[in-house]
Amino acid sequence: MDFSITPDQRLMQESLARTLADVSGLERVRRFAGDPADKGADVYAALADFGLTGIVIPEEYGGLGLGLLDAALAAEALGAAVAPGPFLGACVLAPLALRLAGSKAQQGEWLPKIAAGQVVAGVAIAEQVAGARDGAGVTASGGKLTGKALFVTDALIADLFIVADQAGGLHLVRGDAAGLTRSAMISIDLTRPLGEVVFAATPAEPLEGDAGALAALRDAGWTLLAADTLGAAQVMIDKAVDYAKERRQFGRVIGSFQAVKHLCAEMAAELEPCRALVWYAAYAFDDAPDEASLTAAHAKAHTSEVGRFIARTATEVHGGMGITDLLGLHFWFKRIGLNRQLLGGPERVRRLAAQIQGLTA
Amino acid sequence: MDLKLTPQMEAFREEVRGFLAAHRDHYAGGVAGSRPREAALEWQRLLIEQGYAARTIPKAYGGYGAEPDILKTRIIAEEFTRAGAPRGFANQGISMLVPTLLEVGSEEQKTRWIGPTLRGEVVWCQGYSEPGAGSDLASLQTKAVEDGEDFIISGSKIWTSTAAQADMIFCLVRTEPDAAKHDGISYILFPMTTPGIEVRPLKTMTGSAEFNEVFFTDVRVPQSAVVGGRGRGWFVANATLKHERGMLGDPNATEARLHSLIELMKTERVDGERLIDNPVMCDRLMQLQARVMAMKFNGLRLLTASMTGEPAGMAGLVVKLQGCELNHQIAALAIDALGELGVLYEDGPHLRAKGSWQWNYMFDLGLIIGGGTAQIQKNIIAERGLALPREPKLASV
Repeated sequence: MDFSITPDQRLMQESLARTLADVSGLERVRRFAGDPADKGADVYAALADFGLTGIVIPEEYGGLGLGLLDAALAAEALGAAVAPGPFLGACVLAPLALRLAGSKAQQGEWLPKIAAGQVVAGVAIAEQVAGARDGAGVTASGGKLTGKALFVTDALIADLFIVADQAGGLHLVRGDAAGLTRSAMISIDLTRPLGEVVFAATPAEPLEGDAGALAALRDAGWTLLAADTLGAAQVMIDKAVDYAKERRQFGRVIGSFQAVKHLCAEMAAELEPCRALVWYAAYAFDDAPDEASLTAAHAKAHTSEVGRFIARTATEVHGGMGITDLLGLHFWFKRIGLNRQLLGGPERVRRLAAQIQGLTA
Repeated sequence: MDLKLTPQMEAFREEVRGFLAAHRDHYAGGVAGSRPREAALEWQRLLIEQGYAARTIPKAYGGYGAEPDILKTRIIAEEFTRAGAPRGFANQGISMLVPTLLEVGSEEQKTRWIGPTLRGEVVWCQGYSEPGAGSDLASLQTKAVEDGEDFIISGSKIWTSTAAQADMIFCLVRTEPDAAKHDGISYILFPMTTPGIEVRPLKTMTGSAEFNEVFFTDVRVPQSAVVGGRGRGWFVANATLKHERGMLGDPNATEARLHSLIELMKTERVDGERLIDNPVMCDRLMQLQARVMAMKFNGLRLLTASMTGEPAGMAGLVVKLQGCELNHQIAALAIDALGELGVLYEDGPHLRAKGSWQWNYMFDLGLIIGGGTAQIQKNIIAERGLALPREPKLASV
């Protein structure tokens, strides 16, 4: 019995953090956020060099062949760095969809290109997980998709899309397919662009494998969003604690006031158990499938609640500086804010958690 | 991460299950109680003999004498919980005094006290807090004045659970009045039958007296009863408090309570609707389930750390604060979900679970305060975990 991450996993995470510090420091994040034409190609190339584009892709297709726990550790590092550009959909959910439901031919065609960083895949599953809004929803008929999908990851730059239809089936759509149009959905978090994709009798290839693939994508998505929040929230705590040790008022560092230090303690006390919860959810995805959905739901909902508390409290510990653009703390605040709502806010996810374990209908 | 158990461990699990199945009639009627009765004493002796209690305490001191194996300890805990079988005694003598004696006790003290304590033949109470020394425990004033071979002890203690039933007390007293606050304290053992001790029950909001006040008037105790060296009591006690905090945040107990709450919400109905089908109540239940899960996995992480000898760090510092709060919130949701029925407390046709949800809700508030208040826990997390500065000392107030 070993409930810990391995030395190799720790090394990978630390090494990724160093890579991100090099290629994606706060100034790089600011440029990406401030310029819609900036596609973050340099950052993505660094992720590909690191192997993240193939992290869950089997080695036979040029990937690293690692598990969801490794992907979650990477997501944590990316959240900590508020790293701009594709990861969740392009590097994890799309490859997982192909792995779980794609044919050999589909896997052979796309996985090597994704692993090499040559193809960015957008993922359109929001309606099937978080619910359909504003008339969104996609129907499949005769090899064609019709309708629209919201909150599609990397919608503007994707070369390929994985699309869930209203019946829960998954489809593969080429970025240049006929009748496909895309537009940006600008959220608070400018580090991870989302978009709307409209399909008008757009040719699509079904992914015909495992019928449970959509649920698996949902579980993986929930877990990685939680991991991203874990990383971002830890940085917010670290920054707040550092600030509280330096900032002086009334002749003392503010961290010596219990009113401030207790806020810091509460943040740490709330976040630390989330780490074990996220690890377990990611582990369960690969090794304890019976528990995967419930633990993923709880990891997502709970870490989102804790994340909101920390985003707000860490900002408050910084006093007025906390809300300035100059400090840049808001990048983490907004990252946590997006993670909370994407693929369902906590209330919706908890309702699903009760259903998943058969407590409610 | 590899949570699979080896075949040897699975075999050990089967062995524990087999024992519990074979001895169901020994414990089915319940054996608990703060002053162990004969059936409980017999059960405890059986558990020690099997290695399901006092497992790693050396045989020479009355334990089972196994090598420490955290995984086996955990399997025992899980199987006893699953079977609804009472664990070995977990009173303050066993949880706090025995580990302390093993760490710093003299050979004579270990031989004399550990065995009878493990077997439940000697019951202890803890004399730490005083009316004027709560969170600031080191300011305690109960004094022990040297008189020949003895100390003469005067003063009072409060929050002393089981003082009325206890045979013995492990007590903090000030032996060096002129030494610095933390350096003048000794940890001493003496019988509760010693002349000059008065125990007064301390009734709490639950309606019963879970605690006592203990008054010492010229209580004569031999100096040889000091544990860990005269003036070293503060450091001895801190070793003990570490054991208490571990006991107060046990995630297995919290998980068991959550299961009771889920059963309650699945079976109870209002206007024909199951409590769990009320979306607001269900949402609150799911919030708590997530927290219970997080603390359970945090516990597995701590277990791994203690197996590999790594420091527990922040994951360990948060257990008391979070565990006690969580227990309290589980009881709070049970009361809320029961609605008007949730206020019933005395026997009657409508009372649920013998009023235990209200009792827990009130008693657990005491646990949030006791063993280091939530505010003290936050100081510990901030100072030891985050390296934030201590509150500056004031010259005078």
